[in-house]
Amino acid sequence: MSLLNLTIAQAGAALAAKKFSAVELTAAHNAAIAALNPRLNAYITTTPALALAQAQAADARIAAGTAGPLTGIPLAIKDLFCTAGVRTTAASKILEPFVPPYESTVTRQLLEAGTICLGKANLDEFAMGSSNITSGYGPVENPWKRNGSDAKLVPGGSSGGSAAAVAARLALGATGTDTGGSIRQPASFTGLAGIKPTYGRCSRYGIVAFASSLDQAGPMARTVEDCAILLGAMSGFDPHDSTSAERAVPDFGAALGRGVKGLRIGIPAEYRMDGMSGEISALWEKGVAWLREQGAEIVDISLPHTKYGLAVYYIVAPAEASSNLARYDGVRFGARVDGEDLIDMYERTRAAGFGSEVKRRIMIGTYVLSHGYYDAYYLKAQKVRNLILRDFNNAFEKVDAILTPTAPSAAFGLGEKMDDPVTMYLNDVFTVPASLAGVPAMSIPAGLSAEGLPLGLQVIGKHFDEETVFAVSAALERAAGFTAMPSVRAE
Amino acid sequence: MSLDSATVRRIAKLARIRVDDAEVGVLQTELNAILGYVDQLNEVNVEGVAPLSGGAQMAMRLREDTVTDGEQAENILANAPDRVGQFFAVPKVVE
Repeated sequence: MSLLNLTIAQAGAALAAKKFSAVELTAAHNAAIAALNPRLNAYITTTPALALAQAQAADARIAAGTAGPLTGIPLAIKDLFCTAGVRTTAASKILEPFVPPYESTVTRQLLEAGTICLGKANLDEFAMGSSNITSGYGPVENPWKRNGSDAKLVPGGSSGGSAAAVAARLALGATGTDTGGSIRQPASFTGLAGIKPTYGRCSRYGIVAFASSLDQAGPMARTVEDCAILLGAMSGFDPHDSTSAERAVPDFGAALGRGVKGLRIGIPAEYRMDGMSGEISALWEKGVAWLREQGAEIVDISLPHTKYGLAVYYIVAPAEASSNLARYDGVRFGARVDGEDLIDMYERTRAAGFGSEVKRRIMIGTYVLSHGYYDAYYLKAQKVRNLILRDFNNAFEKVDAILTPTAPSAAFGLGEKMDDPVTMYLNDVFTVPASLAGVPAMSIPAGLSAEGLPLGLQVIGKHFDEETVFAVSAALERAAGFTAMPSVRAE
Repeated sequence: MSLDSATVRRIAKLARIRVDDAEVGVLQTELNAILGYVDQLNEVNVEGVAPLSGGAQMAMRLREDTVTDGEQAENILANAPDRVGQFFAVPKVVE
């Protein structure tokens, strides 16, 4: 029996039934990572010894009868989550020497649930990117290939290492973070399920901050059910995060079997964009048909400010980033480059430590917040953001969930879409609006492109109604019957 | 609005990022492409619309103004690039 090609639910049941031990499961993953990670570069840092020690503790819990559904489950942790005693880089050279003295709330809760940390997954530098090519530790190779081609494709981003690790069977699941699509787009590019929950559902404490009003943690896994199990452990109120929601965590798994009978599913006209590929719109139609066949009512809706989402995002996110990243000055932690005086030291440290995409975004953010331009850019963007939120609130008076494609294309090649920053930004056109509104959204693998690459559909729900998102996603997953696997994977 | 090279240098200064002369032109082109793209927001009528600053659907939570943590100097200084005793060390600021 392969210990690598299991869902989290299957592995949890097998561990509980003592068919294999957490140590065996972890050792198999450590070996797979040692064999494949040098090629895929999905992990920046691997922690095989820590993982085995955690696995021994998990086995002890299982033997003592105090295990939960995640005890002994090996995960990849995006290298944006602070992990006590384990280097955390945010894929930036400026954090190369940084070893956090504390644990993020999300990973602490996962450790308390008994999960195993296999290592820290690669990402775009400070989570700024849609292809994982901005990482200061090298790009990640997507384990999927186009039919009959060996060309390297990107895994999406920013949670590209998390996505590649889970798709290539180098972890059973992973944590991701999503600021404008960073869980959903890589999930779509690698044939995985991934959910960005409602803003406030998961604590941001200990997650390296990019754009604080948008950043949300969430799980990535091979099934919708696995995401529900992981999200349950990751969620919950945390007094350390001032925007953490004081709400009980529902039993997400219980929502999976609800079905969609009687649910109203909105299809937003504005997502049918000029130049959308025939493949993507055909997949969307298929998703509509699957939900209709299972008893959902399909409702045409309008989200009139959709087309402005990206423009709002590329003001708000850099503005917040320019403020959040001011802390990297070479004084208290991280790398330092010496200079003639203090200012010169700051400037040299930041010039050497940040990559070009991060510098661009800090500078855009600095500009839109600067005296004389604040009203024209930042304030204006915040007002349009409110209109985007209103669009969703109006739509959710008529529908229970919204169905859209996740991304405008399948995974693209390393080196493609590099002509200018704006071309790359268009990847996030379908995912950014839900981030701006703070509503939960999930990508599920729904089919393959003509070239044999996975394509995802996105389900968007009301604030704090992840349960309906899970119910609709599970229904789509059942209908899609997606069983394809990437050609590069551990056996 | 289009940025000239002097403005690019000024932004870099504000952002505390050292920019070489050779980089200014590239940054100018890239930043102008992004600003050109976001200019489409000028089409939107936002008359009477309040700005939305955050994703949270709630008021900011307050807590008692009391000390909840501390006495962790070694933990905090462990990551310092340079230190002297219990202090972060930086290049001389005052002559």
